Amino acid sequence: MDGGRKDAGTRVRGGVHSAERHDSAHKHVTGAADYIDDMVEPVGTLHAYLGLSEAAHAEIVSIDLTAVRSAPGVVDVLTAADIPAVNDVSPVHAHDDPVFAEDKVMFWGQPVFAVIAESRLQARHAATLARIDYRPLDAAIDIDAAMAAGGDLVTKPLKLERGSVDKALAEAPNRIIGNMEIGGQDHFYLEGHIAFAIPGEDETVTIHSSTQHPSEAQTLVAQVLGVAANAISVQVRRMGGGFGGKESQPALFAAVAALAAKRLNRPVKIRPDRDDDMIATGKRHDFKVAYDVGFDDEGRILGVEGTYAARCGFSADLSGPVTDRALFHADNAYYFPHVRLKSLPLKTNTVSNTAFRGFGGPQGVVGAERIVEEIAYALGKDPLEIRKANFYGPPGRDVTPYHQTVTDSILDRLVSELEISSDYQARREAILDFNRQGGVIRKGIALTPVKFGISFTATWFNQAGALLHVYKDGSIHLNHGGTEMGQGLFTKVAQIVADCFQVDLDRIRVSATSTEKVPNTSATAASSGSDLNGMAAQNAAEQIKQRLVAFASEKWSVSAEEVTFGPGGVCVGSKTVPFDVLVAEAYMARVHLSAAGFYKTPDIHWDREAGKGRPFYYFAYGAAVSEVSIDTLTGEYRVERTDILHDVGKSLNPAIDKGQVEGGFVQGVGWLTTEELWWDDKGRLRTHAPSTYKIPLASDRPRIFNVALAEWSENKERTIRRSKAVGEPPLMLGISVLEAISMAVASVADYRECPRLDTPATPERVLMAVERLRAHGGAEA
Amino acid sequence: MATVSMTVNGKSVSGEVEPRTLLVQFIREQLHLTGTHVGCDTSQCGACVVHVNGDSVKSCTMLAVQADGSDVTTIEGLANGDTLHPMQEAFRDNHGLQCGFCTPGMVMSAVDLLKKNPKPSEGEIREWLEGNICRCTGYHNIVKAVQQAAQA
Repeated sequence: MDGGRKDAGTRVRGGVHSAERHDSAHKHVTGAADYIDDMVEPVGTLHAYLGLSEAAHAEIVSIDLTAVRSAPGVVDVLTAADIPAVNDVSPVHAHDDPVFAEDKVMFWGQPVFAVIAESRLQARHAATLARIDYRPLDAAIDIDAAMAAGGDLVTKPLKLERGSVDKALAEAPNRIIGNMEIGGQDHFYLEGHIAFAIPGEDETVTIHSSTQHPSEAQTLVAQVLGVAANAISVQVRRMGGGFGGKESQPALFAAVAALAAKRLNRPVKIRPDRDDDMIATGKRHDFKVAYDVGFDDEGRILGVEGTYAARCGFSADLSGPVTDRALFHADNAYYFPHVRLKSLPLKTNTVSNTAFRGFGGPQGVVGAERIVEEIAYALGKDPLEIRKANFYGPPGRDVTPYHQTVTDSILDRLVSELEISSDYQARREAILDFNRQGGVIRKGIALTPVKFGISFTATWFNQAGALLHVYKDGSIHLNHGGTEMGQGLFTKVAQIVADCFQVDLDRIRVSATSTEKVPNTSATAASSGSDLNGMAAQNAAEQIKQRLVAFASEKWSVSAEEVTFGPGGVCVGSKTVPFDVLVAEAYMARVHLSAAGFYKTPDIHWDREAGKGRPFYYFAYGAAVSEVSIDTLTGEYRVERTDILHDVGKSLNPAIDKGQVEGGFVQGVGWLTTEELWWDDKGRLRTHAPSTYKIPLASDRPRIFNVALAEWSENKERTIRRSKAVGEPPLMLGISVLEAISMAVASVADYRECPRLDTPATPERVLMAVERLRAHGGAEA
Repeated sequence: MATVSMTVNGKSVSGEVEPRTLLVQFIREQLHLTGTHVGCDTSQCGACVVHVNGDSVKSCTMLAVQADGSDVTTIEGLANGDTLHPMQEAFRDNHGLQCGFCTPGMVMSAVDLLKKNPKPSEGEIREWLEGNICRCTGYHNIVKAVQQAAQA
């Protein structure tokens, strides 16, 4: 049969550590996998569309919706005045995230009203007919403007400090002060936001929402409608991509659909078109990092001070934990003996930025790698040498800026293996030779590592539930709090259950995530999906298994130890009972064949005020080597080759994990090179479709792309089957491309100056960096 | 309103549409063939690719009336009963998908490529698929799938 499946007699089909296909693969290739917009619409379904503001910061003087109301097909128009309870969908309950703007608009593209019509086209057309008068207020669009206007923050900043940084910097033999701009990123999940609400009896409503966080959508919709959470059911079978963009952002759409559905007692669906989705929903934060680093002549870091200013947009959303995580990763894989890091979550009159794969961590890591580059170019060394000299090491060099001890670093081995397998040293020499010829095309190569902390830094989110039923025919129904967005979570968790019962994977059906089945779930985010939900599902399976063992041991008069689940059936003493026969017998004997599983991550704690604790259960590691060519006359570049060695512990599913690594890498490269968000001086986002916002295409992939998992790695912590999280860490492997471009640029000034290439490193930026270095006396031949 | 008639996945269909109705709207909303997706609304992402008279077309960039009298194949019409088209099989077996939203369009584009160029180089595959955006996979397994299908 297919690649990953083993002989039926010795192993079950689809247990853990096998390369199973995505559980919906067959449906995806035949077009049979339903997304929310594909669901059969009940008779009477209405369609909602949002009316967006056309001012970045202004008082609303008047709203005239007469033409909207009288447009063909329009059934209703909703504004802030129509919200029954609380006009707020702030995920952190900051009461700064209105569903509809009331007296003021805070960014260009903010929802002001919604039209409900018989068809989507009618609603969309009617939404353009509103007449809103604004009295403009001063608007701070970007980080510099926000700082100039006094630096209002959307949430409390964080400070991490260890040692005596002022002294360390003052006494350091070498010191560099610099700045870096790091761009934001649009998620561009292929399926845009969508919610479909179907009213029920009493106060109830069922909402199909494309969300990574059904419980939060439930909580916030209940708050908006002024009903208890038990009246709101949120369900999601699958998303067409999420990447963090569907963590907090879906709540507004769910709330509008639910509000309209209850008001009109008809099903209501809302799907913004792509341009509005990009304009009206949050993105990855762009940052400005100000760094001050002291180091010795060998390139060892002695002290680091850094300020991490982020464009958060008009409200807190998840900017607090996002900017916190930037600081948690400002060290990347390097030991900072003395350190002070501060976040500045700045309020701007732009869309409120939100979660995006890595959650601020990547921005911190990029900053750390810039510091490494600065040191390397200052000392005339290969940046890899600086990296190795600064990796976390034995006691004395193993404590992070947040006072967690790094006990599981495998970077020494991982990086040296990759260095050899990619032939890094010889290729670097060849590239230096090539560049010495002084041609128009220059090359660069870089090996960059990543160390990424796994756990929600909000400790209470590190819990999960699962619901498992074994039916009397022996089939198994699995449900858990995690959501499927393509990452293969449903497949992995089903593999865990298959392995527990030693049954084939196709005996297990995974159903849509539903707040009715597993309550109080956490977002499927922070790479934690398999870690948390896999454990919860295993816990549920173990409960049922124990009951079956007790039943079998009593029925056939053997000890519990003599009942074991194997691929050929359940061994009870000397006899083998097929799983479904045992289940049928157990049912007749009135054994409870359903269980709710639960898991909470042990040993983690975090004191934000003190800036101390163990916020992460463990770290995931990886490294990438990329080689690029740039055209010094145009700034254009291409990735010639990338080699990746990535750590997922003992992989639950190597095929799915490799897919995450490949996809994460390419998404990271896109973030750092071609994906440029551009707001004009009025605060209008002018890059709101793939025509103006360049996402990597098939042709942008590295010419040679070697991806391997570190198969020898096992999680030191007792995670699910010793695996490690994989969702976010690989995104940061894309930094190898940025640094390789940087090296190619540096060649025009004989590597004497750090190119200080900011991101996204678009061809324009690369060209400007080349020109700048040449002008600075890169007086080369 | 205009009447359109076409053959979709081997069956004759007809319907009343506004002249501005896009082919993708006709397919999804009137024929209820929802495997063809709308990703970007502006003819760039390729999630809506179908075949019209054997050529791949972004169905959000064509009016239903333009397809009047045509022979249309959507992702639902690609398999032969329970037997998957080799391209579908290759995407499934090579993990050429994650969230799956781009998959139908990607498969339909790739099928057209092999019809026009049965033995494409890797570079030709990548260039052909430039009109289909995938945000999940990094294209690695997608290209691999097309290569495998070309050998089938």
